[in-house]
Amino acid sequence: MRYLPLTPEDRSEMLETIGVSSVDALFADVPDAARLDGPVDLPRRATELEVERAFAAMAGRNLTASSAPFFVGAGAYKHHVPASVDHLIQRSEFLTSYTPYQPEISQGTLQTLFEFQTQVALLTGTDVANASMYDGSTACAEAVLMAARITKRQRAVLSGNLHPHYAEATRTLAKYMDIDIHAAAPVPGGLDALADAITGDVACVVVQNPDVFGQVHDLRPLAEAAHAKGALLIAVFTEVVSLGLIESPGAMGADIVVGEGQSLGVGLQFGGPYVGLFACRNDRNFIRNMPGRLAGETVDADGRRGYVLTLSTREQHIRRDKATSNICTNSGLMALAFTIHMTLLGEAGLRTLARLNHERACEMADRLAALPGVEVITSAFFNEITVRLPKPAADVVEAMAARGVLAGVPASRLYPGAGLDDLLILAATETNTETDLDALETRLKEVLG
Amino acid sequence: MAMNTQGRPSRPLHAHDAGAYTDTFSGSRGLDQAEPLIFERGRVDVTGVDLPEPSGAPLRVGGLERKAEIGLPGLAEPETMRHYVRLSRKNYAIDLGLYPLGSCTMKHNPRLNEKLARLPGFSDVHPLQPQSTVQGALKLIGELAHWLMVLTNTPCVAMSPKAGAHGELCGMMAIRAALDARGETGRRRVLVPESAHGTNPATAVQCGFYCDEIPADATGRVDMEAFKAKLGPDVAGIMLTNPNTCGLFERDIKEIADLIHEAGGYFYCDGANFNAIVGRVRPGDLGIDAMHINLHKTFSTPHGGGGPGSGPTVFSQALAPYAPVPYVVREGETWRMVEHEHEAEGEPFGRMVAFHGQMGMFTRALSYMMSHGSDGLKQAAEDAVLNANYVLARLRHVMTAAFDGTCMHEALFDDRFLKGTGVSTLDFAKAMIDEGYHPMTMYFPLVVHGAMLIEPTETESKASLDRFCDTLEGLALAAQNGETERFTAAPRHAPAKRLDETRAARSPVLRWTPPQDQPQAAE
Repeated sequence: MRYLPLTPEDRSEMLETIGVSSVDALFADVPDAARLDGPVDLPRRATELEVERAFAAMAGRNLTASSAPFFVGAGAYKHHVPASVDHLIQRSEFLTSYTPYQPEISQGTLQTLFEFQTQVALLTGTDVANASMYDGSTACAEAVLMAARITKRQRAVLSGNLHPHYAEATRTLAKYMDIDIHAAAPVPGGLDALADAITGDVACVVVQNPDVFGQVHDLRPLAEAAHAKGALLIAVFTEVVSLGLIESPGAMGADIVVGEGQSLGVGLQFGGPYVGLFACRNDRNFIRNMPGRLAGETVDADGRRGYVLTLSTREQHIRRDKATSNICTNSGLMALAFTIHMTLLGEAGLRTLARLNHERACEMADRLAALPGVEVITSAFFNEITVRLPKPAADVVEAMAARGVLAGVPASRLYPGAGLDDLLILAATETNTETDLDALETRLKEVLG
Repeated sequence: MAMNTQGRPSRPLHAHDAGAYTDTFSGSRGLDQAEPLIFERGRVDVTGVDLPEPSGAPLRVGGLERKAEIGLPGLAEPETMRHYVRLSRKNYAIDLGLYPLGSCTMKHNPRLNEKLARLPGFSDVHPLQPQSTVQGALKLIGELAHWLMVLTNTPCVAMSPKAGAHGELCGMMAIRAALDARGETGRRRVLVPESAHGTNPATAVQCGFYCDEIPADATGRVDMEAFKAKLGPDVAGIMLTNPNTCGLFERDIKEIADLIHEAGGYFYCDGANFNAIVGRVRPGDLGIDAMHINLHKTFSTPHGGGGPGSGPTVFSQALAPYAPVPYVVREGETWRMVEHEHEAEGEPFGRMVAFHGQMGMFTRALSYMMSHGSDGLKQAAEDAVLNANYVLARLRHVMTAAFDGTCMHEALFDDRFLKGTGVSTLDFAKAMIDEGYHPMTMYFPLVVHGAMLIEPTETESKASLDRFCDTLEGLALAAQNGETERFTAAPRHAPAKRLDETRAARSPVLRWTPPQDQPQAAE
């Protein structure tokens, strides 16, 4: 087997050194009931070529985003990732290293995490960010738990326009922590009236911006309403590129900002691995209650600057059942990809990229609005809009796929049974061409007939 | 409040680049090159990406345009390459040498897996595309699920957990849901051996349970008498790692399973060490109810400097109805993703994450499994156990083995052999860095004083193990011969000397801030 260096002779010599007659002797503690006579019922070893062929067959059955006019968003976005990003994250020293618990031989990972944390703090308009979470949805759920710890309150109010997967992940994580989740009904194109739900026992209000329908909101009134009742405002984003054009959640009064970093460096990958961004105000109590790892600056024995994982007394490997979260492994490599892409862009590149996305979405909105029976319901948006169709959106999306166009996400896929069957959520990015928009317009006209 | 009003301003300590040597003009020393932060090198008006010029059309963002400078520096592509390549060289990696971190399973990461994960058919598909357009991706998830169920002899697997700890959460939430369905509101106590990973107690608490520690016996396994004494009507279950964190197979595991079931509880098995038995022992045959599988350990997906992982969680028949959404089902020749609780057959406890889990890890893990096959996986487990026992046998005369007898996939030593030398476990580990090795896991498990847990994995050759053992033998003898400074001053040959962790924690500097002012306070 190509990955196993021991030869039969090595094995015999080693058994002799160990002082046992066979490898079976090393498994002597396995109970009789669990002993197998032979290999389990699965195929035997395969060559590289055989495995490649099997994978190519499966891969070939998927319609890739780059091979079709593509307008799917709703939490994951197609962006162009510079070639150097994927090259760098495949450097052995980044790819095949462990969590940087030994800082003297992990300065590469630690310094990039410090850069990542700084970039995330700047982007979100906050003070401090951690070294990543699994993804945006779990970051959101953890933020609610953190708010409950800080405020010592057990109730959270979720906007109905928060991505339903995020709301469900939050509800699931909160379920057994006795945190009561109040989720409002979705208001496509608007903002639910959350202020009334913010009572004196509410730990936090969770709002997404731009929301799942693409609508952009001014978070300041909500921040004021939350703060007036002693609650925290948690702002969520699923499209990090929006932060290159839209006012930062931190500047609009959010106390904790969480989101998905997939758009930069990571790619679509059918849903994962992605990278959760988690940031908050620089408040002692906040930092002490943060989940996840933190890289911090210090000096080595020669007085030279260096970085370490720090404030670990929040974490499971030190604090065990008193930890702020059970998270251990995070999204280190995706955080690296994010940081490299962000470094290549710089502020100038990010702002241009964000503009290009917005302009594409504006053009898409205009073209769709001109189609008979189609109504664009998002008035202020970044790169994603929602349209009302004269037919069920799920059927339209299937019919469009049959015509080779991936036309977006029907709202009913995210909110089944909520009476939103005629709504379609579409995203446009810098990767969409005029030809893509032509195809969308023409095919949609056909399908709507 | 700005970071730098509380902490120390984040700026270079020397006149030239931070982290630099002072005995050279450049701050570099040969291949060890000084590299400042991007914030000290880049500029906000520089970009390494060529983009078309925006048209300048009016914005439709509701008047919420971001106007103030963000402060994100950019670098041209060659500078970016150099920055991150220079940084990468300050890291240890499996591809550089033996990485004996016990419990972490740092085995070779086959590059075939990287290649296949990057096939556009997997890497360039969106999780919310119509299911008719992603049949191959759904099939791959289904195939991997099949392999995992056969290897564990279990009827169900939840694929969405994002990492090991997330898988633990998945398993324990299913246990909580099953207890709730039985109306068992009084069962909240979870038995956890004191040798458990920290994630176990942290997870139990997130499910509304509290933990009760079971001591280890003199052989490093669960103390059966203590375990039996703790069983009662308030016990929700047990969380047990097998092989355990001492590198030992829990030989009473079947009895433990039977007793916990008789007592009305469930058996959560922490599968972090499944690599020791994969293909040779099926956990389902041992009576487990739930077990997460670290694809980034047993099935070789790269650790990436801390993640991503992937933690599919298998379930027994008793817990299968409570498995979370989403999951894939096969209907004739069609694969379907069940995404909503109301469409599910059982009573899912919920959804753990957006979308469907770590697809990029699924492709890599399945590639690894298919490459090995049933025979190769069994051989891998056997070689992992053989390698660990070889290290144990070669070193037990100079270092002190924590327990008698053989081990499974990792060899555990304590610090008795360092007694009176003035060298601690930490010093010993740091001296290994000077020898070109990553240290082993230290001070874990907690049941052993000054623990050193060595997991060589099956991808080390005998020659590599011999060099490693020769080195550790040399170090052990040096410690015993009074060469204390070799240890206390270590590492001397690493990109950094020992870092001041106390200082980092006492006055945290968690981000870069401009040296001249405190602009964050104004924002």
